[in-house]
Amino acid sequence: MSEFSTRFTRRRLALLVPLLAAGLTISACSAPGSEQPKSEDSDAKVSTELGTDPITLEMYAETGFPLAKALADEFTKQHPHVKFNIREDQFTVIVENAPRVLASDNAPDIIRLPTMVDLVKDGLLKNMDPYFDAYGWDKFPASQLVQLRLTDGGAERGSGSLYGMGLGYSVTGVFYNKKQAEQIGMTQPPATIAEFEELLAKAKAANLQPIMQFNKNTAGINFPHQALQNQFGDPAQIADWIFQKKGATFDTPAALKATQTIQKWAQAGYFPKDANAIDYTAMMGEFMKGNGVFMFNGDWESGNLDKNMAGEVGFFLFPGETADAKNVAMSAPNTFGVGARAKNADAAAYFLNWAHTNEKAREISVTIGGSHPGGPSDLSLPAVTEGTVLAETLKASQQLGADNGAVDFTANATGGIFASAITPEMQKLIAGQQTPEGYVKAVQAEYEKELSR
Amino acid sequence: MTPAFGSAPAGSGIASRPGGGNPDQPVRPHRKRRWGRTARWIGWLWVLPALIMYAFFVLRPLALTVQYSLYRWNGIGPARWVGFENYLTVFTDRDLLKIISNAFVLIVFFSFIPVALGLLVASLVRRITTGPGGTLVRTVLFLPQVIPLVAAGIAWSWVLSSSGLVNQALRAVGLDALTRSWLGEFNTALPAVGVIGTWVMLGLCTILLVTGMSKIDPSLYEAARMDGAGPIREFFAVTLPSLRQEIGVCLTVTIIAALASFDIVYISTSGGPGIQTTVPGLEIYRLAFSQRQVGLASALGVVLMLLVVLCVLPIQRLTRGEKA
Repeated sequence: MSEFSTRFTRRRLALLVPLLAAGLTISACSAPGSEQPKSEDSDAKVSTELGTDPITLEMYAETGFPLAKALADEFTKQHPHVKFNIREDQFTVIVENAPRVLASDNAPDIIRLPTMVDLVKDGLLKNMDPYFDAYGWDKFPASQLVQLRLTDGGAERGSGSLYGMGLGYSVTGVFYNKKQAEQIGMTQPPATIAEFEELLAKAKAANLQPIMQFNKNTAGINFPHQALQNQFGDPAQIADWIFQKKGATFDTPAALKATQTIQKWAQAGYFPKDANAIDYTAMMGEFMKGNGVFMFNGDWESGNLDKNMAGEVGFFLFPGETADAKNVAMSAPNTFGVGARAKNADAAAYFLNWAHTNEKAREISVTIGGSHPGGPSDLSLPAVTEGTVLAETLKASQQLGADNGAVDFTANATGGIFASAITPEMQKLIAGQQTPEGYVKAVQAEYEKELSR
Repeated sequence: MTPAFGSAPAGSGIASRPGGGNPDQPVRPHRKRRWGRTARWIGWLWVLPALIMYAFFVLRPLALTVQYSLYRWNGIGPARWVGFENYLTVFTDRDLLKIISNAFVLIVFFSFIPVALGLLVASLVRRITTGPGGTLVRTVLFLPQVIPLVAAGIAWSWVLSSSGLVNQALRAVGLDALTRSWLGEFNTALPAVGVIGTWVMLGLCTILLVTGMSKIDPSLYEAARMDGAGPIREFFAVTLPSLRQEIGVCLTVTIIAALASFDIVYISTSGGPGIQTTVPGLEIYRLAFSQRQVGLASALGVVLMLLVVLCVLPIQRLTRGEKA
């Protein structure tokens, strides 16, 4: 009996060995991956004509943000020979898929982009400089597109060639529940951080939830954190860090002070007790139910809040340490790029230019996207109803532009920084499992680890 | 002579003797032997389609994973050979070790508790399942196994939320001090995820064990009872030993589910708070797709596979060996 069983295993082993060997041979032993063809240099010939041949633009957009589809529909209405094939995914899924999708034979013409550095390094994105010249995008305020520029080979962000455009330019700040704000004696938006903290304390004392913020899946408390960080130091330092400039660090007095403040707020109970179990959707639901005086978020929710809490919500840019401090806020284009292997690159660029300059398109950007449509500074903004959140966020966006105070999100510094450092460390911080010093060091350590790859 | 022929088709021939048989062998056996060989090749021919699929979709990815694990690669660009550096990282990175240890904690909830509870439930419902309500009981028990894990994860994250059913129940009986956000707090998140796993696995274990029990010869129970054994004695003397194989299957399936868990964790906590509930499956996915460290992700994948084999082999041996 036992002889049989050992022979049996030996036989199975004998079978496995050649099978594995075959597997290895099939997989060949050359190194995986390959050099992608370098995207063509910046003075390649491009056309600004849309032509009349029927084409279908492949678009890869973000679920839950109807703007891209609305613009596509309007474009088709104006140019019936151009159709769109739109595929949608959640943002995190796009982040994960973008490299492979762009490297495939079926690369999209227009794609919602996450951080672009790796994509440019791998030569997967079209250099937009020729279109910049051809369409005269130099008439746009330079600050509008600065986040979308990368130096040769993607070494640094913030300068160099253009690799994307925004379908709407978002601004972030603080939404507030008007009724509850009145209840705690807020007659106008706080002018300083100290005033804001007083309001938080009053809200807490009035048994209201001072801040409704999510911190599950991704760290929503990074919004208030960076809002503070923007004001506690030179925002240019933060921008350098996000743009991966040499020598930039997260371990700064401003970041530390911001982290200490967040810790203080968490200990004071200003964030929901179960923030680590609240995700973005839950946060929106709670805020709309009236649970939360303040919420740190962006203007992409303006339309939604105007619809579901009409007249009940206000918005302000996060104040500085003094009343005369410059307006600074996280603000980023809703970046869309053109794949290096796109079949209809010219038409895609035409569409992007159209979205910035066409009157109807700009109106859609504002009413559906809730964001500033960008484009040349001499074009007027579409009219919006006074008294709506939309009007307030749009005004804030203009103030920010005037102060040149737009900063990208720290979460966008590298591809993995949000998931592998900011989110887990922030969850620890507000649960009292991490110190402010430990937080800034951990984020910087992960940043260096990623850049060293 | 004859015994040698008998053994040939049984397998030793595979250890290849190129050039075929012994030249001074008589003709007839030789022919017979060649026929045996042809038959064996025809056998291979029949399994060939399946084998090709298996090689292409199982062995090839497996070999590729091993290969990737020796490189530093972002999934697109050129790769750099780093030898065993990725494995070194897996075994020295404190976060990764913590993540692996999380999976072992989950084994308690995914395997040990469901099997223990399953035994209890199975002995209790054994008599019912043979009766007319049997199908109903089996369906109810098996339901968690049929529900997609994603749906289970969502439902349970509601149940365990601050205002969820668990906390409502605690408040109703005046235990307000115990209420908390079960999935959001550092101390309770991993056990809370484990409870979801217990719920999912319990049905599978119970059904397997009930089926096993129905095969136990009733005369054994009769004999035990005649010897004066009570229900507890009966359980340990008759039921438990007879279920050795079923328990083996339960443990194997559930331990693999614990070590390779992904869906429930991804949906209910996404690995948070901190990395309190991050498991290797989730980390492999994150490393490969969001951080684009395909090499390190592959190394962790290979280590996970070896861990599964290491845990499951002894169980197979223990529960199969003596029965044979």
